[in-house]
Amino acid sequence: MNPVVLTGVNKSYLLDAIGVPALHGIDLEVRPDRFTVLCGPSGSGKTTLLNLMGCIDRPDSGQIVVAGQAVASLSDDALSDFRARNFGFIFQNFNLIPVLTAFENVEYPLRLAGMAAAHRKQRVLEMLEAVGLGDRANHLPGQLSGGQRQRVAIARALAPAPQLVLADEPTANLDSHTGAAIIALMRRMQREQHLSVVFSSHDPHVLAEADDAVFIQDGAITAIERQENRAAAAS
Amino acid sequence: MRSLSIALRNLLRNRRRSLTTLLAMIVGALAILLFGGFSQSIKNGLETGFVRTSGHLQIQHRGYYLFGSGNPAAYGIRDYLRIIERVKRDPALGPMLTVVTPILQMGGIGGNFAAERSKTVFATGYIVGEQNLLHEWNDYRFPIKPRRSALTDSGPDAAVIGMGVARILELCAPLDIVDCPLPEDTSTRDGARMPADIAALAGHDQPAAHQGDTRIELLVATAQGLPNVGELHVLKAESLGIKELDDVYVAMHLANAQQLVFGREPHQATAIVLQLRHTGQIPAARAQLQRLLDREFADDKLEIQDFGTLNPTFGQTITFFDTVFTFIALLIGVIVLFTVGNTMSTAVVERTVEIGTLRAMGLRRGGIRSLFVFEGLILGAVGAVMGVLVAIVAAELINHGGVYWTPPGRVDRIPLTLYVWGETRSLVGCALGLILVATVSAWWPARRAARLNIVEALRHV
Repeated sequence: MNPVVLTGVNKSYLLDAIGVPALHGIDLEVRPDRFTVLCGPSGSGKTTLLNLMGCIDRPDSGQIVVAGQAVASLSDDALSDFRARNFGFIFQNFNLIPVLTAFENVEYPLRLAGMAAAHRKQRVLEMLEAVGLGDRANHLPGQLSGGQRQRVAIARALAPAPQLVLADEPTANLDSHTGAAIIALMRRMQREQHLSVVFSSHDPHVLAEADDAVFIQDGAITAIERQENRAAAAS
Repeated sequence: MRSLSIALRNLLRNRRRSLTTLLAMIVGALAILLFGGFSQSIKNGLETGFVRTSGHLQIQHRGYYLFGSGNPAAYGIRDYLRIIERVKRDPALGPMLTVVTPILQMGGIGGNFAAERSKTVFATGYIVGEQNLLHEWNDYRFPIKPRRSALTDSGPDAAVIGMGVARILELCAPLDIVDCPLPEDTSTRDGARMPADIAALAGHDQPAAHQGDTRIELLVATAQGLPNVGELHVLKAESLGIKELDDVYVAMHLANAQQLVFGREPHQATAIVLQLRHTGQIPAARAQLQRLLDREFADDKLEIQDFGTLNPTFGQTITFFDTVFTFIALLIGVIVLFTVGNTMSTAVVERTVEIGTLRAMGLRRGGIRSLFVFEGLILGAVGAVMGVLVAIVAAELINHGGVYWTPPGRVDRIPLTLYVWGETRSLVGCALGLILVATVSAWWPARRAARLNIVEALRHV
């Protein structure tokens, strides 16, 4: 089952009482176990598309189906629970909770997902080890470097084993070396854990890692390159 | 854990802001509790004074309170001795009582034969030993010593008069009262000159007046409606703190007062004063007393007056202080409301991205609300506890700081005592009130935080 399917999705924002179209006519199927990259220039609608996929925003029209469930009819609380069960978010600015340690930050979504305490601890330690921060579990975000913070954010997003991981330009605030390391880490974890990841970026290095690439410009999808086509083109 | 723990950590993270908010709450609690303690001091002082004077309950002849003041002949209690004995023996009332004593109050004219001065007075006859017992009541440990009646161990014709009576009857010099002026214009004396017939009656058996004489004559109406004059030996003039009282007050032995009014007739009292161990016992004691009177003394046409009715000033004063206290508490409540509300609003703005992140991860709106409400709750709880502790310490410092003052209704200076420690109701009420106000004031910003649009919150810079 595709983790997310968008059909005829339109979205506009009000800017000084004037509707500004952000996305129009979006039809997209994100396939499972793929590293999908949303590629496009700034302002093209990548973040809006990610927000709609992640159910933190609602479309003006069209349908979004996540893990086989149409989300339009869900109440706010139901949608919150749905997000806790199905999504992992990685943000450009890491967005760690500053008063929680690395361990607690990773643990937080597991609590929201209702995981038992014993399993939580084991899972958090596994995830922190996986991102190479096993020895930083008790550090607050302020005591970590940018790269380390983003690795904690990755561990946090992946810890509940979500249907879909949504990463909004997670390397934009990192230097190129650290950014490359983060991309490599995410790619490795995506493969190892058979995750579906949607990664927005206009970085060619990210695009090079993509299984599927979705090109977006001026709020519309201009091209979709699937893994099989990309492999054929490469060979 | 999470909501409470995160709330606590966020408060610690913004220490300066949290401390400023706590300081406002501590000052608020301090003001409320110290004024409450002062107000309680006034209440306790007044209550102690009134209970020592008029007791908690009085048995009176029906109508005496409204129509019979100063008219013992028409409103006397004939069986007062039997009633007192019965009240003391009552198994329900007995344990509640400290003193049961009769008094006789009457209007009359006091005259200084030597100075040819007279004055309408209100005389009270009481049993000195029992009156002294009344004055030992101190249920609130108020810092005033029991006052022994100046009539203690005095002769049967002894009397104590008010400072005003002494001044008007020109007894200041014989009584060695300082700061007691004589009227400047002696021509005005005619207005207060003793009536000739009364002077004649009073002077019927009088020896010649001489300098230093502190005798006065008291003219009263007997039970038969005839005038009767008794000679009183004034031991002392007292100030009662209220000029109107000072100008009419005469106290004397009960037996002497009864002799004046009733002569050879059976002696009566105008009231039986009942003093209880605790003021809180008034309702139970009154009910039991009413049953007793209805059952055994129905023919005597008696009624019971309680402490509040006998001393309307007490109720008025307490109402005044309660009103001021309520006003101050409300004012401080509003200040705390806005202070905590402002702190929480600032926190919401600062943590907008965090709110967006938590909501994106799946925290419900209720979870976001809890975060900020818990912050208000913690601020309220810590502020209340610290405020209460600071108020207790401040009150103890003031109480032991040697500060003296003259409370309303008193003439002597007493140590300023703020009742804070041990006033469980005030302490708990203030603490719970502050916690409630802080929590409520956090509610609105918390609600606003919970309703933030996730996308806009994540975009917040």
